[in-house]
Amino acid sequence: MAKVLVVTSGKGGVGKTTSTAALGAALAQSGQSVVVVDFDVGLRNLDLVMGAERRVVYDLINVTQGDAKLSQALIRDKRLDTLHLLPASQTRDKDALTEEGVAKVMEELRAKFDWVICDSPAGIERGAWLAMRHADVAVVVTNPEVSSVRDSDRIIGLLDSKTLKAERGERMEKHLLLTRYDTGRAERGEMLKVDDVLEILSIPLLGIIPESEEVLRASNLGTPVTLSNPASTPARAYSDAAKRLNGESITMMVPQNRRSLFGKLFGRKAA
Amino acid sequence: MTITAPPRTSIRFRGRSFLALVLAPEAPVEGWLEQFDAWAAESPGFFIGRPVVLDVTGLELDKAALAKLVSDLNERTVRIMGIEGSDPGTCGLGLPPSLSGGREKAVADVLDAQSAIAQKAPPRKSNDPLVIEGAVRSGQVIIHPEGDVIVTGSVGSGAEIVAGGSIHVYGTLRGRAIAGTTGDAKARIFCRKFEAELMAIDGLYKTADSMRPELRSHAVQAWLEGDAIIMAAMN
Repeated sequence: MAKVLVVTSGKGGVGKTTSTAALGAALAQSGQSVVVVDFDVGLRNLDLVMGAERRVVYDLINVTQGDAKLSQALIRDKRLDTLHLLPASQTRDKDALTEEGVAKVMEELRAKFDWVICDSPAGIERGAWLAMRHADVAVVVTNPEVSSVRDSDRIIGLLDSKTLKAERGERMEKHLLLTRYDTGRAERGEMLKVDDVLEILSIPLLGIIPESEEVLRASNLGTPVTLSNPASTPARAYSDAAKRLNGESITMMVPQNRRSLFGKLFGRKAA
Repeated sequence: MTITAPPRTSIRFRGRSFLALVLAPEAPVEGWLEQFDAWAAESPGFFIGRPVVLDVTGLELDKAALAKLVSDLNERTVRIMGIEGSDPGTCGLGLPPSLSGGREKAVADVLDAQSAIAQKAPPRKSNDPLVIEGAVRSGQVIIHPEGDVIVTGSVGSGAEIVAGGSIHVYGTLRGRAIAGTTGDAKARIFCRKFEAELMAIDGLYKTADSMRPELRSHAVQAWLEGDAIIMAAMN
């Protein structure tokens, strides 16, 4: 039975697209068939982060409007056979998405894949609403700062009221993915701590992704960080998060400050 | 010479909800008006003294067409008190204000409520508390003008609870709590952990800046003494 997962946050720039790509790749590495769907019509990015921007012919809008078949629009990843991308249109806007069109595509995707991962646009308007509409599971991406946390709280409220699952009276499964976490800054009080965020949002924690240059490097290379450098700390954190989505229970690692006392004493080599 | 300042009285704002009938014309408006006339001929005087909200969702009327529709209805003794579903731009001066956020009610309730007022009968009051299981998230608004509101979880920053009676929050209160909106000065606000942005009782309000900081993170209750909101820790 396919699972539809929406990656959402309310606030922009917190790492939805990066997390979509990384989680999608990690789930695909476990042998399950995965499609990542870009709902950010007009401002598409997922194709770049997945390194497929030169292979886009048809997009989500073409499929919802019946101008192309789903199989024509799907792009198979070159590195992983089980990973697919359904890109958004860059030339249209969110009004081009219809509720019926999205419903039809989601039904087809459910029949084809084990995981359908929808990358939501920022905001709480039509685009974000359609992205979360059909979801069974939501990953709420949050940065450890107050504005992101409040926006996530808002999105959780919408997940509990505006999705098909909520309208049927069922309970929406929600997970918190805390990204760009910097232990040092959290300890100095410059960022919210993990416990603060969990207390405010009160949904289960899926993972903590440390702030890392590795993530930016992977995005610029057009490779999900879980594929580009699987041994790096953010990649391991994403892989663990993907395993938890699969129902495995894995101990949560709070990223440690690399520079321990020892590191501070011998941190730099003399010139 | 001394100048005595006039005693300052607080200006009170109160929320009150009313029931209104909603008329939703269908395109083409001309044809709909004909049908309306045929119907009104059978029930003359139905709209006299009844507040009516005009719902123009999906009609895509411009300002002139909307003004004409309002005046056409006025001629038929239908007084429009507000317009729902129009572009903010088309509801300019000279037209009823645009409304949003209405809640559905059975028509019978609307007619009941008005005949009750007409007969000077005491309005039916349901004092049942509204119980919200779990959290009220940022951006959500809970309105319960007839009684207490009880929230078993937290009220997020940017969420709002509006109650005719008292408000009880068993989690953290981070948003706004507005109690006693129907003129109940005895209403109170209780929360297990106090981080509120704004509290109001019977139209008097206090923002976070003017609340005692030492109460933050404590269990707190608030009530009204005269024109002052008193807040105290409960442990």
